[in-house]
Amino acid sequence: MLLFYQVLDGLVSGSIYAALALAIVLAYRATGVINFAQGQMAVFSAYLAWSLTTIGLPVWLAIAGALLLSVVVGAFLERVVMRRFESAEPLVGIVVSIGLFISVNGLVSLIWGTSLTQFPAVFPAGSIELGDVGITYVALGTVVVLLLVIAALQLLFMRTRLGLGFRAVAVNPESSSLSGLPVGLLLMTGWGLAAALGALAGTLVAPALYLQPGMMDMVLIYALAAAVLGGLDSPFGAVVAAWLIGVVENLAGTFIPAIGNDLKIAVPLVLMCLVLFFRPQGLFGRVEVERV
Amino acid sequence: MNLLEVTGLTTGYGSSTVVHGVDLHVAAHGVTALLGANGAGKTTVLRALSGFLRRQGQLVFDGHPLPSGSPSRVARAGIAHVPQGRGTLRQLTVRENLAVGGLLRRDREGVAQDMAHCEDLFPVLRARRGSQAGELSGGEQQMLAIGRAFMSRPKLLLLDEPSLGLAPRITQELFEMLPRLRQDWGLAVLVVEQNANLALAIADHAVVLEAGQVVLAGPAPDIAGHDDVRRAYLGD
Ligand SMILES: Nc1ncnc2c1ncn2[C@@H]1O[C@H](COP(=O)(O)OP(=O)(O)O)[C@@H](O)[C@H]1O
Ligand SMILES: [Mg+2]
Repeated sequence: MLLFYQVLDGLVSGSIYAALALAIVLAYRATGVINFAQGQMAVFSAYLAWSLTTIGLPVWLAIAGALLLSVVVGAFLERVVMRRFESAEPLVGIVVSIGLFISVNGLVSLIWGTSLTQFPAVFPAGSIELGDVGITYVALGTVVVLLLVIAALQLLFMRTRLGLGFRAVAVNPESSSLSGLPVGLLLMTGWGLAAALGALAGTLVAPALYLQPGMMDMVLIYALAAAVLGGLDSPFGAVVAAWLIGVVENLAGTFIPAIGNDLKIAVPLVLMCLVLFFRPQGLFGRVEVERV
Repeated sequence: MNLLEVTGLTTGYGSSTVVHGVDLHVAAHGVTALLGANGAGKTTVLRALSGFLRRQGQLVFDGHPLPSGSPSRVARAGIAHVPQGRGTLRQLTVRENLAVGGLLRRDREGVAQDMAHCEDLFPVLRARRGSQAGELSGGEQQMLAIGRAFMSRPKLLLLDEPSLGLAPRITQELFEMLPRLRQDWGLAVLVVEQNANLALAIADHAVVLEAGQVVLAGPAPDIAGHDDVRRAYLGD
């Protein structure tokens, strides 16, 4: 029974890592930049949602509003900041995104302060009883929301013209422009979508962690590990890796006394290093097939 | 009436100018061949037309100035560019590559018809529709790139060395097909080709570049019969 709850807990945290990891993967596929500011942008979005609740909006509506605003913020950052560095060395993009991380962090502190702020509950308290196990609504809701997100993304990317446009531009912007695709607009939208996914991750953790500028730092590390582990360009891989990380971390923390609660953050990182050692392209990343 | 009228095109890469004041035109429904040795600047001319390079000069397409600085806008104006080398989206499937070509079109039925048409022209595209484009051979990728260009129903097709990597038989078929598309779709073509014989056989007009300048231009039969051209490009 303890095992069941530990696995479930792992899946729940894993779902939150997965939402942010998906954001990182989307932004990476759009612009080839690993966005280290993704977590901090999510914090910004969570505060936005909180501000919307303070003017009287119900929490779900506030979150929806924050998601929409995040699309705008993400698109704006891509157009105004990242666009200049996309054709530069990958390292330049990384440094710029770290700069973005610091700037957004400062902005959040400036606007909302640095003290802990309580975020209203998103899911009702209590739990649903299935036989002799109880699953909290928070746990159930978090996992279900993530599953819905995955389904929606799958539909968007594989079944719509917009999704095909996203994928084409991610593969080769120059070649896509030869078919008339509005490359810049699609890149902006990609980053907007990523920001919205991050916002979802932020608002899902906020009730448990309280709002504070550094609340996504840990989640970012897990999400980065998941994104890399999954193969960076594979949304499916990122989700599976995020769940894996959530579960393994929890089990190791509980059942291996030497690891405990303090060391458990090392688990996903060790896992990541091990996998990358044997499979540099990640668990689900593709090695490009080449024929000459 | 000329579909494309280029006057005094000067362009290059950064500070190095490689094309100096080139004039050329493509007649409506016409085929113009752009000839010249390796490094003469043919690819550069096409890239400048497509809006990839900074340029000077007057470019009029279909009665309007050609937008500069934005390849997407040039494409939307009705120019499809099949670049030199493999102009495919490697990680997308063959089908998806063709779909991207027609992505901006509103007439869904027309798109489906043209897709079938492309697969009739190049049956290998139908046989391998689910494969990643990057898995195709060089020649197959060239067909896919051309098919993708067709899918946007362009008014003008820019072909950069289409025979590169194609088996001679396929090249032959492609060049026999172009005049037909000209009739069916009212397509006009600007073709760059190492194999000058092939290009001159279907062209009505030809321009010869040397070191970024036009050294000879005129009706294709005249160019084909010109002694210098025969010596330089036709292997006489
Ligand atoms: N990306 C580039 N940067 C700088 N110079 C280039 C580039 N591409 C081509 N060139 C130069 O421009 C000239 C014309 O090249 P190109 O247009 O490719 O010739 P062609 O297509 O006729 O073989 C060549 O001297 C070549 O070295
Ligand atoms: Mg060339």
